[in-house]
Amino acid sequence: MQYLDDAFRVKVGLAEMLKGGVIMDVTDAKQAVIAEQAGACAVMALERVPADIRKEGGVARMAAISKIKEIMASTSIPVMAKVRIGHFAEARVLEALKVDYIDESEVLTPADEEHHVWKRDFKVPFVCGCRNLGEALRRIAEGAAMIRTKGEAGSGNIVEAVRHMRTIVKEMKQITVLGQDELVAESKRLQAPLELVEYVHEHGKLPVPNFSAGGIATPADAALARLLGAEAIFVGSGIFKSSDPETRAKAIVKANTHYNDPKAVLEASEELGDAMPGLDIRQIPEADLMQTRGW
Amino acid sequence: MNVGVLALQGDFEAHAGALQRAGARVIEVRHASELDVIDGLVIPGGESTSMLRLMEYYGLVEPLRRFGARQPVFGTCAGAILMATEVLNPPQASLGLVDMAVQRNAYGRQLDSRVARLSGHALGGDEEIEAVFIRAPIIRRLGEGAVVLATYEGNPVLVESGLHLAATFHPELSAGSRIHRRFLEKIESCAG
Repeated sequence: MQYLDDAFRVKVGLAEMLKGGVIMDVTDAKQAVIAEQAGACAVMALERVPADIRKEGGVARMAAISKIKEIMASTSIPVMAKVRIGHFAEARVLEALKVDYIDESEVLTPADEEHHVWKRDFKVPFVCGCRNLGEALRRIAEGAAMIRTKGEAGSGNIVEAVRHMRTIVKEMKQITVLGQDELVAESKRLQAPLELVEYVHEHGKLPVPNFSAGGIATPADAALARLLGAEAIFVGSGIFKSSDPETRAKAIVKANTHYNDPKAVLEASEELGDAMPGLDIRQIPEADLMQTRGW
Repeated sequence: MNVGVLALQGDFEAHAGALQRAGARVIEVRHASELDVIDGLVIPGGESTSMLRLMEYYGLVEPLRRFGARQPVFGTCAGAILMATEVLNPPQASLGLVDMAVQRNAYGRQLDSRVARLSGHALGGDEEIEAVFIRAPIIRRLGEGAVVLATYEGNPVLVESGLHLAATFHPELSAGSRIHRRFLEKIESCAG
């Protein structure tokens, strides 16, 4: 099984190291330094944060190489970068650039509406977004070594990330109580490979780390994502679109570590300025939703 | 025996699993007060900068130094970096529990991460040790009195120094619990 061989274990190994941490979106070296200084465990190199991509529209592509290089040179923590769904040529470029993780992301404009990248062909590890267990298992089948909720990126609204995390956790719990004879039908229902359904049946969790992303904007949002089962969090627009990026970055790092200690989350939440402006998901036109990209 | 696992960031759950398999009772450590009830401490893999910031935020640096002066500490990868007296690439603060200079990300980036099988080690028996290296550091200088238990490509990767044990790889990501058992033996001999 792929998740037992050395090459895959090394990919999952880095995701294991990021557990309990905060991965922050950054658009230049200065932001990367702020993120590292605040205690981020990795950064995501981007040209524009999702909130700006949403506002400006047009086609969102892999970031400029000069931008990613600048960020890689400025920090000692792992650097991730995004490729468009299905754009394996962009992924090959990022692998040649030696980024530490690739996010095949719905935040960028999809390049292929039918196929995701066949990630097992790569030595660099991939993280993919999902809204439910079937989607998570399909991405793992393709070789993703880390899963994150899609949420609704750039919205500053946690509701979709909560929906997605609750859905995945509930679907996993349900599988653990099924009989062996029910797993083929479950695999059919989820449209996911049987061997992965069997793994979840046996272990009650995914064979790769399960993180949360999409709409986390406050220390309490970070705590909520962790309490619902996320093993680490991605914060996109939430930090550098707020009025106080440095303070907020630190506060989110603190709340993320002490997510189960309300007093610590309270302390982290004090002295914060304004969070990024949020969007009501129901006000976003269907065509502008990012989470429905990919399957 | 109560063994603490520093649970600020990183793969502390994997360590907890390995310690439990080796027979220890595990306590997650996020506050200085938790150091009072443990006999030994594991500093896990993860990002050393991230853990260092959180130690500073919560006033853990001095309590951890004091703990390490009298009780055994076992660090893996980022944990070993934090235990060193000197950190390179780039230089950063550390707890200074083991006299050694450690270079961060010394093999390169994630694409240079790997699984190796180490033979000729000093853990006893002929069985190889599986060593999972993730953006691993290299020990560039090791103080006198330290014992090298295993090497990879000529560099020490598992070392014992006084009370402490440090690995540049991740025994917590391998199935066995041999190295964790070694750490429990150190705690026992310290208590005795």
